[in-house]
Amino acid sequence: MSDVALEPTNSNEVWKLPSRGIVGMTCLILAESAIFVIFVVAYIFYIGKSLTGPTPKDVLELPILTTICLLSSSLTVHAAVSTLRKGKNQLCSLWLAATVLLGGIFLAGTAHEWYDLIYKHGLTIRTNLFGTTFYSLVGLHATHVIVGLILLSLALLFSVRGEMKEEYSEKLEVLSLYWHFVDGVWVVVFLVVYVLGR
Amino acid sequence: MFANCEWWGPAAVTLAAFAADPTDIFAPAGTPASSIFSLSMLVLGITTAIFVVVAGILCYVLIRYRSRSSGDEGEQEPPQIYGSNQIELSWTVIPILIVVMLFLATTRVIYTTEHARRPANSLDVTVIGHQFWWEYHYPKLGIVTANELHVPVSDPQHPLPTYLTMSSADTDHSYWVPRLAGKMDVIPNKVNTMWIDPQMKGLYLGQCAQYCGVQHAKMLIRVYADTPQEFAAWVAHQQQPAVDDPSVAVGRDVFMHNACISCHTIRGTVATGRFGPDLTHVGSRDTIASGSVPNDPANLREFIDNPANFKPGALMPPMHLDSHDLDAVTAYLTTLK
Amino acid sequence: MGTQTPVIDVHDQKTQVPRRLWLEVLHGWVTTVDHKKIGLMYIGYALIFLVIAGFEALLMRIQLAIPNNHFVSPQVFNGLFTMHGTTMVFFVGMPILFGFGNYLIPLMIGARDMAFPRLNAFSFWISAFGGFLLYFSYVGGSGLYGAGSAPDVGWFAYAPLTARVFSPGHSTDYWTLALLLTGIGTIGTALNIVATIISMRCPGMKMSRLPLLVWLYLVTACLTFVAIGPLTAAQIMLLLDRYVGSHFFDTQAGGSAVLWMHFFWIFGHPEVYILVLPAFAFANEIIPVFSRKAIFGYPAMVAASVGIGFISLGVWAHHMFTVGLGPGENTFFTLATMIIAVPTGIKIFNWLATLWGGKIHFTVAMMFAIGFLFQFLIAGLTGIMLSVAPFDWQLGNSYFVVAHFHYVLVGAILFMLFSAFYYWFPKMTGRMLSEKMGKWHFWLFLIGFHLTFDFMHIPGLLGMPRRIYTYEADRGWMIWNLIISSGAAVQAVATLLFVYNMVWSYFKGPIAGPDPWDAWTLEWSVPSPPPSYNFAEIPTVASRRPLWDLKHPEDPDSDYEIDEPAAQTAEEEGA
Repeated sequence: MSDVALEPTNSNEVWKLPSRGIVGMTCLILAESAIFVIFVVAYIFYIGKSLTGPTPKDVLELPILTTICLLSSSLTVHAAVSTLRKGKNQLCSLWLAATVLLGGIFLAGTAHEWYDLIYKHGLTIRTNLFGTTFYSLVGLHATHVIVGLILLSLALLFSVRGEMKEEYSEKLEVLSLYWHFVDGVWVVVFLVVYVLGR
Repeated sequence: MFANCEWWGPAAVTLAAFAADPTDIFAPAGTPASSIFSLSMLVLGITTAIFVVVAGILCYVLIRYRSRSSGDEGEQEPPQIYGSNQIELSWTVIPILIVVMLFLATTRVIYTTEHARRPANSLDVTVIGHQFWWEYHYPKLGIVTANELHVPVSDPQHPLPTYLTMSSADTDHSYWVPRLAGKMDVIPNKVNTMWIDPQMKGLYLGQCAQYCGVQHAKMLIRVYADTPQEFAAWVAHQQQPAVDDPSVAVGRDVFMHNACISCHTIRGTVATGRFGPDLTHVGSRDTIASGSVPNDPANLREFIDNPANFKPGALMPPMHLDSHDLDAVTAYLTTLK
Repeated sequence: MGTQTPVIDVHDQKTQVPRRLWLEVLHGWVTTVDHKKIGLMYIGYALIFLVIAGFEALLMRIQLAIPNNHFVSPQVFNGLFTMHGTTMVFFVGMPILFGFGNYLIPLMIGARDMAFPRLNAFSFWISAFGGFLLYFSYVGGSGLYGAGSAPDVGWFAYAPLTARVFSPGHSTDYWTLALLLTGIGTIGTALNIVATIISMRCPGMKMSRLPLLVWLYLVTACLTFVAIGPLTAAQIMLLLDRYVGSHFFDTQAGGSAVLWMHFFWIFGHPEVYILVLPAFAFANEIIPVFSRKAIFGYPAMVAASVGIGFISLGVWAHHMFTVGLGPGENTFFTLATMIIAVPTGIKIFNWLATLWGGKIHFTVAMMFAIGFLFQFLIAGLTGIMLSVAPFDWQLGNSYFVVAHFHYVLVGAILFMLFSAFYYWFPKMTGRMLSEKMGKWHFWLFLIGFHLTFDFMHIPGLLGMPRRIYTYEADRGWMIWNLIISSGAAVQAVATLLFVYNMVWSYFKGPIAGPDPWDAWTLEWSVPSPPPSYNFAEIPTVASRRPLWDLKHPEDPDSDYEIDEPAAQTAEEEGA
């Protein structure tokens, strides 16, 4: 029951309501944003308050490459939705694959960063307040990326098998909304952790 | 600010002398409590007036517009009124005005209490909240004690407030002596300040007001407002090291050779523990177990034997002393006046 | 205009259809995705927990009736107040209100079900599991000092009391996990409510024609999204602190105990509005019907509800006036809290104006609604007293606060819930609740409520803090505590009478028919109980009271309603 018109008996207007998938995903995004806001607030609150240990300036480098990849994946997933709308299924598969790839690069980059932080700089979640707030915030975001990638991979699988049809474009749009949200959160995390906090 | 209580203040304080209940917030005995009392009278006045008007209208409506017919099918519906902009505007504007007035009165009291100018001769006490007792330091006087706070009475003409600088050693607590002031939370890794100025000699009761664990209910507060002479005498006495009475040497040895010394301090001896209350002058206190039990030899013995007899969940463990040692150490502590 | 939905007589299934095996019936309920069944399960589940948490309250009141009592140990008492609070908020309040919402919203907007029926079922079962997990702690947990097993850190679980060092064992973890799970369910239901209201309305049901109950649930659901997140985040942080060694609330490592308080109350204050807005929703439907008048000032009621929702997000630190935030913050939160009194007052005045000039029928549902009006007024006024920060420095964390919030939770919300039961039980079951038993229920509960909660203000004024398992005899609190405890017993009897009324009436109550109250919203146009598909034909509406228009074709509401630009605001607000 998306935006299908229902004709009432004595009106000239078509009764059109917003798609429930989009409304639902917007609500979910609102709820998840509230969770992220609290982790961001905790991060900002504890800036400069660690009693010991490495500080952001000591150990953090701007993750330019992974950020570019993740933000571009928003463009590719948008392209996937528009090509599906126009019925170009193979192009859609291509764009979805690109999205998954770019997201995967982001995750790999994060993993590499964390490896360095833990083993080269000795920063863990229990080292100090910076470690606590950094790993929890970035980790929460990474968890959302993982969930998104799983769903996108599923979509890619359907698309490659030819099961992704034009009438499902709205469902894909709902998923892409989630992915845009994940990217939006990264913009905030990037600014707070790597720019403001260092 | 200290000398300029509104007339409510002194009146309330005088009346409070006759108050029956020792922790009645409407029986203020000091400036912070009096200024809260004055404000609360204004608030109660306004809210009571609102209640009388609105509840009155509600009662009127229920009686006047009750359905009188026998509920038959052909009952006429009353005229359907959907709204009225003027009426709705009025009952928006009037509450806003009341809110503004109340807010301004409140802000004044917030700032005069929290930003009161501090006289040079005020007394400094550091309060540390523990599970489940209160530690008091008088840094400029070199005194450390527990659970019973002595402060000088403050004369409104020549104010002598006591400033309490507070923090916690473990969980959140709250310091509340209703007749003297509003409560202030005592929080680890945070320092809070409040002040009191009891204007009449006497004992003021209170207790911890933030749930802090099993024995939160028995973390009582006793504030003794002494005359200047009494206070000076108390200070001088507290500054002495512990009494060393040879007739209780046996008990003293029991104390010094058991785990007691790792938690308690008795100044002038090897006992320098900081985890539990300072016992240098414990014999001179009226109560033990943070105000919950009178300080007499029988209670003291029972407490040392097993604190859970009075405060199950208190952090002091049962000492497993035999009866002879228990008697001896009780006798020793009783001499520490 | 509206299509005439034929009135189907209620038929007794037992005589017309072969009885199903109880296993089939059970299977039907467990696997259902029908919003009505799910709503009923939420309500039934909540009623069970109401009795359990009420029993916990009775035990506490026995312990507190006299000073230095030894009815229960300190450890057990501390577990009791924690469980009582946690259960009442999360496993009674939330489920019962979401249960009513689930049942009524699709019916009131002319839809066949909620937007996401399977999510609806999932949300219920995960919340139910959360409740089960919390109570499993009595068997599986271990608390402070190894004694007692249920959570005993208070329902707001302040740090650092919840740190491993102060709360060894797993009691705190049961609290955290149970609430995390139920939070997921709550978000799911709230999402469903918003999507349903925005996307599933029948033709002609513009936002400006929504029943006020539906508007209030929309605001409640949106508030849920913003409020539950902070609690979830804080609980994740607590779990990380306890198990992974992080330092969010670890004061030894420079962490802040106050931060937990901020996060908790950023959730906690909107939460109490989430609990009270549905009570307003019920009042908005029930008071007009039994005054025989339309609600006075529909647009203002919508605006006030939305306003309350927004402002409630900015008042949280009035729970922290004694924490030492400083005069600037204390002043700000005093102002914000006082401001919320304005839209709340508007609602009370609009209800008064609805009654004014009407023809008031004192059915049991209406009697409870009137009780709500008086008691909500008083609760609001004691709230104003508490909003005055210096007054709160005395009253905060005392029995005055306990009295205030029980006045809202019991005196306003529970009374309005009872009203909703008497009003909608006929729709849900096809039978009327006994009015005679209902009157006994009302008067007994009223007396018990006032005995307990009126007098409870006094120990607060006399310096009695909350959450103490006993008190000293010399404080002068005993007589008041004795009166309070006696009222609790009376309320218990009244509640049992109510439960009996429901059971008896389900089997023997008079048949209700589709519209026993001569009401005006769409749920009264379908049989009682409604068929699983709700409407034989999806209706089309032309005003806020479609059945009024049908019953009064000479004077329909659609002649008077001015279409508000509220429609656009609503869609932005809802999404």
